[in-house]
Amino acid sequence: MIFAEWKPLEELTDKLGGFKKVLLAGCATCVAECAAGGEKEVETLAPLLRMGLKEKGFDVEILTATLEKQCEWEFVEELAELVQQVDAVLSIACGIGVQALAERFDERPVYPGVNTSALTIRQESGLWASRCAACGDCVLGETFGLCPVARCAKSLMNGPCGGTRANGSCELDEDVDCIWKLIVDRAEARGALESLAEIKKPKDWSASRHGGPKRVIREELRQ
Amino acid sequence: MTDRTISNLQRVISSGEFVVTAEIGPPRGPDPEDVRKKAALVKGIADAYNVTDNQTAVVRMSSIAASKILLDAGLEPVMQMVCRDRNRIAMQSDLLGASALGLRNCLCLSGDHQSAGAGGKLKGHPGSKNVFDIDSIQLISVVKGLRDEAVQQGGDSIEPAAPFFIGAAWTPLSPSEAFRVIRLAKKIEAGADFIQTQAVYDVAAFAESMKKAHDRGLTERAAILPGIIVPRSAGMLRYMNANVPGVEVPDDLIKRMASASDPGAEGIKITIELINAVREMPGVKGVHLQAIEAERLLPEVIEGAGLLPRPSYSDAD
Repeated sequence: MIFAEWKPLEELTDKLGGFKKVLLAGCATCVAECAAGGEKEVETLAPLLRMGLKEKGFDVEILTATLEKQCEWEFVEELAELVQQVDAVLSIACGIGVQALAERFDERPVYPGVNTSALTIRQESGLWASRCAACGDCVLGETFGLCPVARCAKSLMNGPCGGTRANGSCELDEDVDCIWKLIVDRAEARGALESLAEIKKPKDWSASRHGGPKRVIREELRQ
Repeated sequence: MTDRTISNLQRVISSGEFVVTAEIGPPRGPDPEDVRKKAALVKGIADAYNVTDNQTAVVRMSSIAASKILLDAGLEPVMQMVCRDRNRIAMQSDLLGASALGLRNCLCLSGDHQSAGAGGKLKGHPGSKNVFDIDSIQLISVVKGLRDEAVQQGGDSIEPAAPFFIGAAWTPLSPSEAFRVIRLAKKIEAGADFIQTQAVYDVAAFAESMKKAHDRGLTERAAILPGIIVPRSAGMLRYMNANVPGVEVPDDLIKRMASASDPGAEGIKITIELINAVREMPGVKGVHLQAIEAERLLPEVIEGAGLLPRPSYSDAD
């Protein structure tokens, strides 16, 4: 899922002070899964915003709505009437949702209420961890289903740096596994350690953000 | 290993003489005198001098510039290059520039992550963006391409080729130990001519790793130079044992330093013993010595190990 976390309340109230009426818009998909932008979080954040704004001397009415998906136009359209009633929108969907609202309702200021940071899995209750970097050139088939692009701090493609700690964790964070340690363990378990001896050539990053903003056309789907 | 004569380091390795390399850390400021002063402390005691590239992710004088200052002072540098800060365009451009300046040895490294900040002792730049466009093994192959095929990574040719004697690092005792010798093999296959290792204190454990490398035929293909960091106190050994991945310090060595009446002298003695121990191992072609921010200790160590004078080829070629 796309992972996001609330911005500090102080930053949000700084942006919203002075508006009369604000729409707080959530999304029931990824950001609900990561407990940042779903209906529950919308209803939790709204009173916090009111209070925070009040402390700064602003009396702001906060309307709330949560879309099934903020990243699809048909759902975004559901907000059309509500947006007419407000001076600004605070979206706690991922960066895609925020931009969808900003594009559809371009006459209103739309602010992000969260920071979107990664493509994660919920490892266990209350713990999310990176799984994909959207590099556009998937290597999971050669790395035993474990991604070194997203999960190695240096995106190393040919094995671990010297910084693997004695307990197998990354030198950056003792609670994070060295992904190459896990790749090697899995290769060993499959009796395929020597397959990692092949030198991986420099990666073509052009299929990722480095090649410019992604724009994909599939003619068979265009009408 | 490449057949062409490229550098002094390469000549000493080829001669079969026991090789000595040492490390010089560039200053955190722009004064060339800082480099020259360090150079004066260690001139003549090693065959080549590693010049670190923003080690522990702290901004320092560039390795290329400091290497050139060493070269002008009559010391042969090993320019270190890490993959953290530059993409393949900038790295190759810097390699061509380094070659133009007469730098001939290049050690290819991944580089410490930018969060390192000198292990927390300095602020560093933890908010910086890292690059890691290519990794250290890919960098080795890029440098080899510039040298052997006169071709850039992207396929464009250069004229003439850029002659580099190529180095790489090896941390044999980091997990997974089963893979570490394979990783060494990849570096040598990619084009590494010489290998400098993470600091060795556990002689028995290192001997086992060397044996694996030797059995795999790797010691015939590249010169392995075990790293030794001159210990200065028991605390320093304890710190490295606990905090530096791949460095294992046996308890008795820590105890020995702790009970020494003169830890400085004991550290030099221990270093000399370590040099003599690794020297006995099949496939070891020399040592890579570091005395972090204490380069003044190196002459006594190297003299004590009977490794002076260093061979000189100034009359030849």
